[in-house]
Amino acid sequence: MNRQGSDGMTMIEKNVGRQQHRLARDKSYLQSKLLKPNKKQSLENFFGKAIAMSCAALLLIAVISIIYFIASKGLSTFFVNQVSIVDFLTGLKWDPEGEPALFGAFSFILGSFLVTVLAALVAAPLGIGAAIFMNEIYPTFGKKFVKPVIELLVGIPSVVYGYVGLTVLVPFIRERFEVLGFSLLAGGLVLALMILPTITSVATDAIEAVPQDMRNAARALGATRWQTIWHVVLHGALPGCLTAIVLGMARAFGEALAVQMVIGNTSKLPESIFDPISTLTSAITLNMGNTIQGTAYNNALWSLALLLLLMSLFFIMILRILGRKKLDNR
Amino acid sequence: MRAKTIDRIATYVLTGIAVLIIAVLVGLLGFILTNGWHKLTFDFITSPPDLLKAGGGVGPQLFNSLYLLVLTMLISLPLGLGAGIYMAEYAPNNRITQSIRLCIEVLSSLPSIVVGLFGLLVFVTMTGWGYSLMSGALALTVFNLPLLVRISEDAIRNVPKSQKEASFALGISKWRTVVTVLLPAALPGIVTGAILASGRVFGEAAALLFTAGMSSPDLIFHDFNLDSPTSPLNPFRPAETLAVHIWKVNTEGLTPDARDVADGAAAILVLAVLLFNLGARWFGTWLFKKMTSVTR
Amino acid sequence: MNTLDFDQGNTIIRTKDLSVAYGEKTAVSKISMEIERNTVTAFIGPSGCGKSTFLRSLNRMNDLIPSCRVTGSIEIDGIEINDSNVNIEGLRQLVGMVFQRANPFFKSIYENIALAPRYHGIRSKAELDEIVEQSLRKAALWDEVKDRLKESALALSGGQQQRLCIARAIAMQPSILLLDEPASALDPISTMKVEELISELKDEYTIVIVTHNLHQAARISDKTAFFLMGELIEMNETSILFTSPAQKQTEDYITGKFG
Repeated sequence: MNRQGSDGMTMIEKNVGRQQHRLARDKSYLQSKLLKPNKKQSLENFFGKAIAMSCAALLLIAVISIIYFIASKGLSTFFVNQVSIVDFLTGLKWDPEGEPALFGAFSFILGSFLVTVLAALVAAPLGIGAAIFMNEIYPTFGKKFVKPVIELLVGIPSVVYGYVGLTVLVPFIRERFEVLGFSLLAGGLVLALMILPTITSVATDAIEAVPQDMRNAARALGATRWQTIWHVVLHGALPGCLTAIVLGMARAFGEALAVQMVIGNTSKLPESIFDPISTLTSAITLNMGNTIQGTAYNNALWSLALLLLLMSLFFIMILRILGRKKLDNR
Repeated sequence: MRAKTIDRIATYVLTGIAVLIIAVLVGLLGFILTNGWHKLTFDFITSPPDLLKAGGGVGPQLFNSLYLLVLTMLISLPLGLGAGIYMAEYAPNNRITQSIRLCIEVLSSLPSIVVGLFGLLVFVTMTGWGYSLMSGALALTVFNLPLLVRISEDAIRNVPKSQKEASFALGISKWRTVVTVLLPAALPGIVTGAILASGRVFGEAAALLFTAGMSSPDLIFHDFNLDSPTSPLNPFRPAETLAVHIWKVNTEGLTPDARDVADGAAAILVLAVLLFNLGARWFGTWLFKKMTSVTR
Repeated sequence: MNTLDFDQGNTIIRTKDLSVAYGEKTAVSKISMEIERNTVTAFIGPSGCGKSTFLRSLNRMNDLIPSCRVTGSIEIDGIEINDSNVNIEGLRQLVGMVFQRANPFFKSIYENIALAPRYHGIRSKAELDEIVEQSLRKAALWDEVKDRLKESALALSGGQQQRLCIARAIAMQPSILLLDEPASALDPISTMKVEELISELKDEYTIVIVTHNLHQAARISDKTAFFLMGELIEMNETSILFTSPAQKQTEDYITGKFG
């Protein structure tokens, strides 16, 4: 087909020419794209990552500086004001303005532990019970109604819990048992109410995560619902339920205002559950604003804060151990 | 036979627990709302408090709470988002990442009074700002940040991997993929979480006692001079919030109608939490629907 | 003019001894292959045979997997794409990719297509409008969506979403399109539309398609490569490979003895 074209080229030559031209253009297009330097993008990538990274680094900085500042203030009680650590932790008398000033913080420490344990004792069975109910006994009602209500209550401010404790619980205890009303019992109950939603919602997640197959297997072997719950579900969800309780306790231990409003705030050791007490948080809340910075009294309050901080680190350690357990169980 | 009896008893007990809890919790909400309902008048929520006489309102406190919330979110949201992006997209699996995770845990379980004391030391004393909105907002940022980081990290991680793949296959750089593809897709989750976090910030009191302070100047609402101590917008003035106010009137016991004021303020707080919750649910779903036209 | 070497000039992708490993596991071993410009090449083989992995190394999507190691050479128009001076974003712009499952962005139809061109430097609204329309037309989707460009792409049907993904890849003006089982999640009618589309796109693009559907490979491709256990067993003109395969394994596979 060597027909002569009008411009003197054969058709084949023309085709080849066009092809070659297209090829050349395509080639230069390809190569220009492939070898184009991309400075702008890599710069943008670099800065983007750097910004994100510095935000994350801020978390590290925050934690380190919190620990540093609280510790340096809190330790000055012992190193500047020469209070003995043992006296501080075990001393029964708290009289920072007396002569000589006494810094026995044992009653605060004891108070914090007592309300926390009391709150956990009340809230744990209720919360886990409710979680079981929601998952195993009446799931439709549980998920549609109970769960949203619980989630809502996690968000209720703690002062509101404290206020309700103050206006309902304290008068109730006062009239029913003919005592002061402001008491370890009131504090424990307010905290129990406050951590109940937390415990319930974490325990619910843990129970939900137990595979359905395990329940079916137990039921297929003829176990009753309760036997299945007790031996299979709770066994599988145990680390999760413990996590729920510890989380609740951590929250209770660090709570300040709700507790302070209902426990009466005396530095005397309680003799019964109806006696008023003090906690680490309530002592700080009440006195931090009335003491002068740098005085031994003020520093002692920072030492209480340091104790709180150490306790919350301790709770995290337990939570981490539980978390590892949970992974092992899977 | 015995197993069956135990099973029945256990069912009754568990049901009893659930009913008890719902009764207590619903009773609590109902109690607060019914007690405070009559106080929710226009006058109460706008007029200034009266320390020694009955009949004061909570206007400045309500304003302070809202303003502090806005300030806190303005500071903590970008930081939380940035750290969330880093944790979800960049963080290598190494010691440093693990320690950042530990820090998030530590921060989120720190007692808020401790955060407040840290704020007192650093944001109040060291900066020389004194009790101020800004100190309060920074303390609340410390308190709020871990939650926001977690929320944004989870939301970004929950975006399907195929989205990222599609973007990379189009030759879009990693950072731009994060900003233009992943973040918009994660937006519903982030917004829902951020609104819920706002509810928490709105009701926080212990971290504010020694940072934003326990008093509020007499605000002059048409004073827009940011330097003026009576300007509501001045971020360097002390600002008592609603939650702090509830605590203060109850512990100081000077105000004759303390109970009434606290009733009203508690009702406002609880209503706000309800609003934030419902708002978060509704808005998140709406946003997701709008972006995907898919009903979930 | 007569000395023009067509073979040399027409090869757009050339791999030599290309191996890909995930950690200890070798997914693709020592594959050498040439793919010509403006042809459709189909990769067939049982699942797990390495055909998708091979495909993904052509635009370096395997870079995203940290444990993945690529050795050997891949040249596109004579340029080694694994070299450090290669602009990986430019590479991906040239080598578009469509995935097994349609993965439109959680954005409007318009934004799905305009996103990449805008990123690659086209700012003018008119130009973007033009690109969106052209791409959708080429993907045979324009008539179906022209009135709802602002609507979410996720509201489209599965087949439409997959054609949108093709349009999205076309919008970058690539030279090569990699399709990773693009029709495997689609119904027969959508599959037919996508196949028709591929045949039309051949004039402008070099297409490499992974498929587990032998009929599809036979229908649309010019050349077919058969992969087995990470190795390239045979590659030939599609008509020849399907009628008289040179290798016993190829014959066994296409006659359905395994796979």
